[in-house]
Amino acid sequence: MSMLAPTERFDLDMARPAATSVLWKRVGRFGIYAVLIIFAAFYLLPLLVMVATSLRSMDEIRSGNLVSLPHALTLQPWMDAWSAACVGVDCIGVRHYFLNTFLMVVPATLISTFIGALNGYALTQFTFRGSKIVYALILFACFTPYQGILIPLAKALGWLGLAGSIPGLIFTHSIYGLGFTTMFFRNYFISVPKELVRAARVDGAGFFRIFFSIMLPMALPITVVTIIWQFTSIWNDFLFGVSFTTGQNAPIMVALNNIVNSSTGERLYNVDMAAATLAAIPVLIIYFLAGKYFVRGLMAGSVKG
Amino acid sequence: MVPEPKGSGFPLLGIRSSTLTSLLVLLPTMIAVGVFVYAFIAWTGVISLTSSRFVPEYNFVGLQQYGKLWNTDRWQIAVNNVWLFSGLLIGASLAVGLLLAIFLDQKIRAENVLRTIYLYPMAISFIVTGIAWKWLLDPSVGIEKLVRGWGFESFHFDWLNDPKKAIYTIVIAGFWQSSGFVMAVFLAGLRGVDSEIVKAARIDGASMPRIYWSIIVPILRPVFLSVMVVLLYQALRSFDLVVALTKGGPGFASDLPTTFMYNYTFSRFQLAQGAASAMMILLTVTAVVVPYLYSELRNEHAGAH
Repeated sequence: MSMLAPTERFDLDMARPAATSVLWKRVGRFGIYAVLIIFAAFYLLPLLVMVATSLRSMDEIRSGNLVSLPHALTLQPWMDAWSAACVGVDCIGVRHYFLNTFLMVVPATLISTFIGALNGYALTQFTFRGSKIVYALILFACFTPYQGILIPLAKALGWLGLAGSIPGLIFTHSIYGLGFTTMFFRNYFISVPKELVRAARVDGAGFFRIFFSIMLPMALPITVVTIIWQFTSIWNDFLFGVSFTTGQNAPIMVALNNIVNSSTGERLYNVDMAAATLAAIPVLIIYFLAGKYFVRGLMAGSVKG
Repeated sequence: MVPEPKGSGFPLLGIRSSTLTSLLVLLPTMIAVGVFVYAFIAWTGVISLTSSRFVPEYNFVGLQQYGKLWNTDRWQIAVNNVWLFSGLLIGASLAVGLLLAIFLDQKIRAENVLRTIYLYPMAISFIVTGIAWKWLLDPSVGIEKLVRGWGFESFHFDWLNDPKKAIYTIVIAGFWQSSGFVMAVFLAGLRGVDSEIVKAARIDGASMPRIYWSIIVPILRPVFLSVMVVLLYQALRSFDLVVALTKGGPGFASDLPTTFMYNYTFSRFQLAQGAASAMMILLTVTAVVVPYLYSELRNEHAGAH
């Protein structure tokens, strides 16, 4: 058995005679790898098609098919997507919207993460009877379908003078991010030994002192998780962007959708795909560099309440 | 900052000053969530009881809008679609997610690479990958053209343009996006199963498929429940998928309640209808999420003592 250690957990039938059993194990092993690789191909397919198509000329796209290999790679679609792709008569590429989105994502991420950290710590220090209810009410805010608040929010942004603007989206994302950020930090801080805070308090440290010099430095991993979670969800947001912005104030996902649906002249598939790839690059970089933290957020954000 | 020796604060009220500070820290968030989530939901509810069209107006018509909504073909199609979509998405994602998790748990080489590939669809906006999916599913350039090019001239794959089949393209895309995530949740669950139980069953002569089916899968029952709730929740609020793939078409054959709501609110300016549909989405999500959050919080409480 020890020689076959890798197959230990999937041994089809212990009772079979040894030789057949080894054969069956080989077959089973092969089958497992085959299934895993076929699914890997399924998940990769759209991304590969996207990148491959973005590197081909329109002539080649017309004559070839989905999987025919590019003959001559060209970066022209990428340059067009970056600075010349059109939304209606606006031919400025995704560059402008890219910048818009950074200007929106960075402040909204930092604000919601910082407030969430403070809230998370406060919730663990808040020993009122109602603390659980307060937490539950904030938690439900994470799960509110945004359709339920879109109409009043459109009105409110108008009153605040933030309608259709990037600051309006920063404000919106900061507020609706609070539920998640608070939850992440609260669940992290609740496992910190109470003695630590108590000892610091005996030494005369107040709430903010303890927060800034003990809790926050200790919370580095969950801070990374939260920042990555907020960055990706705000970068990927479409609903708020499409509901509250128009024209050149749009964030990247709205602009991308407009570019793809702009129907003047021939569809430039390669430029569309290049624009799409560009729009995904910041998030893909984060995912490949810090996937571990992204997955942690994903698990905490959607499974554990 | 005021130093806080033990027992300071408001002894008469029985409130320690750290509790008071916590309350003050939480107050802005509580107000923000109170207004931007709960009051806005109530406001949406109020609008749904009026005859508002372009702007909110407050001439109440009772539940008329709901009656009208449920008599609208387009809404009925959207509701049927979302249940069909949820059912197929959950069924397929559970089956494949569990299978991939079990296979990936067999001491597979390159497990990390495979996991990274399976999960990346969750990191990227569907507005991005939808562009590739649309191209794959488009008969004139995608899979249909490819297979016909191989000589199968009668091959048909035009679900995207078929009113009866368009919703299934949304299912494929949704499955592609979330099944890797389901795999990750199951894998975490499998890694948490006590290996002693498995060993004991093997000594008793049980085969591995049997051990999985009658011992491990039942242990994972809570994971199944979590995954189902999360997927149902995701399905109920899916929006980008439809916008990127079909825009609800052909006609409105692949509309979901979310796209219905958006369309009636922002394109047709039937605010009260939009609000009524939003309330229906909200009630459904609440019915799914609240019992789940409640049990999660209760378990947490029970676990703490």
